[in-house]
Amino acid sequence: MDLLRFITAGSVDDGKSTLIGRLLYDSKSIMIDQLEAIEKQSKNKEQGEIDLALLTDGLRAEREQGITIDVAYKYFSTPKRKFIIADAPGHIQYTRNMVTGASTADLAIILVDARNGVVEQTRRHSIIASLLNIPHVVVAINKMDLVNYSQDIYNNIVIDYADVAKSLGLKDVTYIPISAVFGDNIVEKSPKLAWYEGPSLLHLLESVEVDKDTNLTDPRFPVQYVIRPQTDDLHDYRGYAGKVISGIYRKGDAVTVLPSGRTSKIQKIEHNGIEVDEVFAPQSAILHLEDDIDISRGDVIAKSDNLPKTTQELDVVLCWMDNKPLTTGSKYLLQINSRVVKSVIKEIEYKLDVNTLQKMDATAASLNDVIKVKIKTASPIPYDSYNDLRENGGAILIDETSHVTVGACMIQ
Amino acid sequence: MSKYSLDYLDHLESEAIHIFREVAGQFERPALLFSGGKDSITLVQLALKAFRPGKFPFPLVHIDTGHNFPEALKYRDELAEKIGEKLIVRNVEDTIKSKNLTEPKGKFASRNALQTFTLLDTIEEFGFDACIGGARRDEEKARAKERIFSVRDEFGQWDPKLQRPELWNTYNGRITKGENVRVFPISNWTELDVWNYIRREKIELPSIYFSHEREVIDHEGQLVAVSDFIKLDAADKVLKKNVRYRTVGDMTCTAAVESHASNIDDIISEITATKTSERGETRIDDKVSEAAMEDRKKNGYF
Repeated sequence: MDLLRFITAGSVDDGKSTLIGRLLYDSKSIMIDQLEAIEKQSKNKEQGEIDLALLTDGLRAEREQGITIDVAYKYFSTPKRKFIIADAPGHIQYTRNMVTGASTADLAIILVDARNGVVEQTRRHSIIASLLNIPHVVVAINKMDLVNYSQDIYNNIVIDYADVAKSLGLKDVTYIPISAVFGDNIVEKSPKLAWYEGPSLLHLLESVEVDKDTNLTDPRFPVQYVIRPQTDDLHDYRGYAGKVISGIYRKGDAVTVLPSGRTSKIQKIEHNGIEVDEVFAPQSAILHLEDDIDISRGDVIAKSDNLPKTTQELDVVLCWMDNKPLTTGSKYLLQINSRVVKSVIKEIEYKLDVNTLQKMDATAASLNDVIKVKIKTASPIPYDSYNDLRENGGAILIDETSHVTVGACMIQ
Repeated sequence: MSKYSLDYLDHLESEAIHIFREVAGQFERPALLFSGGKDSITLVQLALKAFRPGKFPFPLVHIDTGHNFPEALKYRDELAEKIGEKLIVRNVEDTIKSKNLTEPKGKFASRNALQTFTLLDTIEEFGFDACIGGARRDEEKARAKERIFSVRDEFGQWDPKLQRPELWNTYNGRITKGENVRVFPISNWTELDVWNYIRREKIELPSIYFSHEREVIDHEGQLVAVSDFIKLDAADKVLKKNVRYRTVGDMTCTAAVESHASNIDDIISEITATKTSERGETRIDDKVSEAAMEDRKKNGYF
């Protein structure tokens, strides 16, 4: 049994909550007491309707206003897979929350209302999915019951969306006609949509190949913590604890420590307290090197024949997440995995219209803006291009005085 | 499956170990909040994997309400002894005396809310800047919204509307003096994941998790253990039942479930078949209101 993380973005109007409710309910992940609790609160209870949004909207303010404000994480499993849903709000004023939910997703479900087809929100969600480089996209064309399960309408939406997918370079796009309210094509294939030849949504979620998304070719190991017991029997023990974020490491591999550039060989690998010959992404491990060289938290151990870039000048697509605006010359801490360095915004190249992908001139960025910037760091950082290796190309900006996370960087 | 595929438990384990090491790397004085329940026992197992052969870079801390199950306390002391790590215990009883707190009254007078006072005092006493806990997002819907690194102000308060965005696997633990961070390494685990992990890792648990005979009363469908800490009414009938605990909290606010499950396999089969959630079945304290957990967390509760 493996693991799939996916994001659903949208508002109640799109049927997002109904869809999640369906998946949870039909996979028996909603318990009786939880159902009773939402039944009590459902406003339409006299009509016998249960408001499934109440299941996902966890905060008092969200229930009061009937909107999703923040990302909520939901869990269900089938005999084949464990699923983690990042349930994110869909409105433009919550773009940063969607970016947050999308950052760890293997797959995005883009909801399209069959009555409205591809609209501004569809484009925005797709643009975010492409910016965050989510490997798989499922376009769920919902509310098919309201268009008489029409194949023509479905086909036209597929044609329209194919243009969006092409312009954004989305790699793996699958289309499914569904009705979340009636459960059509959610768990079981619906006879009302007999013309549709693909799998049901759940079947698709169970069968998407996610193993292939793990990069096993570019070994990167950010050091988190140095283990030195300094006891009598472990006097010389010095292990570098961290997670293999990509690639495979084997005993004897020639490695380079970045940013210093010092080289050595892997002497010993420990995984869960046992000595092993190799470790691979995304396992946590302890590496030992043959030479006693200076390595500390935030350094990256890479294989000498496959190095990341190490520079102080970064081209970055940035989603701004703070109420205070970002301007040229502002200084922030930049954190990439376990490495934190000072940085300065050198230049704002343009602002991206997240509805149209148009580039616009800009001198500042405000909350939820997506902009292209040049950043200079105080010392070199080892990184890969986000689009090549998500695990080593994403960084956050931190306000030095409030300590708040203010920006999400996709390094180009 | 290729040889480089991982089981979902391996994914969850590696994620949790990564979080533990981020705590060790980012904070000066972390602590692991240990209750003797299965979730914090799982945390200890993960910490062993994250830091051995080194010592834990933090002590185990238990906030003892004085209403704990004796079996859980015995387990706590034996575990700390066995792994050779430091255990700090602070008692709610002492806080009640020193601060003149009012004990809640009533049939199931619970010290659950008073725990927060002792926790915040303990954080101050030792200057803890990060407290690691075993909360999971599947437990409750306010928890479903909480970050893995959750910043609390100097009063221990959680502000759900001002949470830091948490992207990729990059954790921002920077704080101002006086603030602290609550860290939840098993956020993404479900109740069943924890049980499956306990089975896989062959982790020992306190005996109350397994079926045993106990004197209980039936309170609105929930079975509450007879103890010195609850007041019996004339109408209460003391029953002898075969029960086990699905969660381990205070004796006053944790209900037992009727069960003959005497080993992990049986427990997993029961949980797979159950139609009631963990908190719904066993926690009397969540039933107060729809936002009971959100309110307690805002006030500094775990």
